[in-house]
Amino acid sequence: MIDRFHKFSYFPGCSLATTAKENNRSLHIFFERHDITLNELDDWNCCGSSSAHSVDHDLADWLPTRNLSLAPIGSPLLVACPNCYHRLKLSHMMLANSETARQQYEAMWGRAFDPDLEIVTFFELISEMADKGAFKDHKTGLKGLKVAPYYGCMLSRPPAMRHEKNFYGLMEKLLTSLGAETLRWNSSSRCCGTMLTASRPDIASRTIENIISEAECAKAECIVTACAMCHMNLEIRSKLPGKTPIFHFSELLSLSLGIGSGMGWFRRHLIDPRPLLRSKRLIP
Amino acid sequence: MKTNEAVKNINTNSFTKMDKDYARFAVEVIRRSGVNIHRCWHCKACAGGCSFSKDMDYLPNQVIRLVQIGMKEEVLKSSAIWICVGCQTCSTQCPQSIDMAAVMDSLRQTAIKEGVKVAEPHILNFHKEVMNSIQRHGRTHKLEIMMRYKLSKKDWFADLDVGLKMLLKRKLDLMPSRVGHQAEIRRLFKLSRENNHD
Repeated sequence: MIDRFHKFSYFPGCSLATTAKENNRSLHIFFERHDITLNELDDWNCCGSSSAHSVDHDLADWLPTRNLSLAPIGSPLLVACPNCYHRLKLSHMMLANSETARQQYEAMWGRAFDPDLEIVTFFELISEMADKGAFKDHKTGLKGLKVAPYYGCMLSRPPAMRHEKNFYGLMEKLLTSLGAETLRWNSSSRCCGTMLTASRPDIASRTIENIISEAECAKAECIVTACAMCHMNLEIRSKLPGKTPIFHFSELLSLSLGIGSGMGWFRRHLIDPRPLLRSKRLIP
Repeated sequence: MKTNEAVKNINTNSFTKMDKDYARFAVEVIRRSGVNIHRCWHCKACAGGCSFSKDMDYLPNQVIRLVQIGMKEEVLKSSAIWICVGCQTCSTQCPQSIDMAAVMDSLRQTAIKEGVKVAEPHILNFHKEVMNSIQRHGRTHKLEIMMRYKLSKKDWFADLDVGLKMLLKRKLDLMPSRVGHQAEIRRLFKLSRENNHD
């Protein structure tokens, strides 16, 4: 894909556009450094988050279709949030499989359905960049950092998506090649609880404290996640004394290129990661 | 499509009258979710993989069992269908490729449609506030969702520390990020209302 495209349509999703602006910035800057331009979809809307599919089947199917209709023909749609990726992909599959749905789509948005639209997660792009050797000049970029890679539920998907690419191990592979030490641990793909953090904080706290304790048991100095929602939940729902810093994957990738200090995004963390990074001499 | 096939494969002629009453619920769940729950052989892979099964009154496979034997009220009033966040861990691990998350989605929606007493009203309220926010802005506005949700729960002080910390770190924007073409968002919500009245 990276041979064919240097420009991508980009869907940030609500979390990266607001609560996790810093992750959005680090993702943009990281790709810019690698000559990849992300053009945010003009006037995109929420994919339905974790609520539409729970309470309204039609909105779960149809909210993402508007975004699909906004994607310009000819460039892939890069999705920054793992959950938005699922919702967009499932809606695209629904349209691809049903003539009636396509007719409804075209009547609704007045734009033709593009069956060839490639919807990709930022993991897919990073994985291709790694295969092309994009990171080989930064072998010591994260030297000495002991990281627990946390996938949460991003690798889980419905049976209909079973044949899509899977990126288990990508964080381990990349962070190791950048000089970090990645740990094997028990809870790397346990769901963080998404919306339970608001509606049943008791359950969310217990789940998240378990996840963080497992990482601490494995002697992790920090946890890295690829989802802004997980990032926030792990930061706000643990009362453990360890105060293990949480990073978004894009932050560590940018940091490996020497970008991060002075950008203001570490300051927005609820658990300050700067003492750890200073002790490893990764930031001044 | 797979829904119709799944329903077609059930030969209701062989059922007695009582069987039919019980089986009707399973057929309804299959039709709504598009998932043939009769494939489940209760290996409990879903229950083992679930991060939240210990907080549920029924394990995920027990929910399926209740549907199989037609215990509609027990299922629709269970907390399990609301505690499930749809993370798909169970759907991924199921050896029978049962899309458990889709089954849970359809059960929640049936519970709402039939107006049963929901076991986890706060979770339902939260979902409603998220949908209201999307309806108003086209995107989720987290601060507003939390304020309205707290209002419905009449519980202002729980979690105040977390909320304040997030405000201080400017993680909760005061103003919503909005879609320009609001008419298009209204069109989507109209479609949903029309379909739900059918």
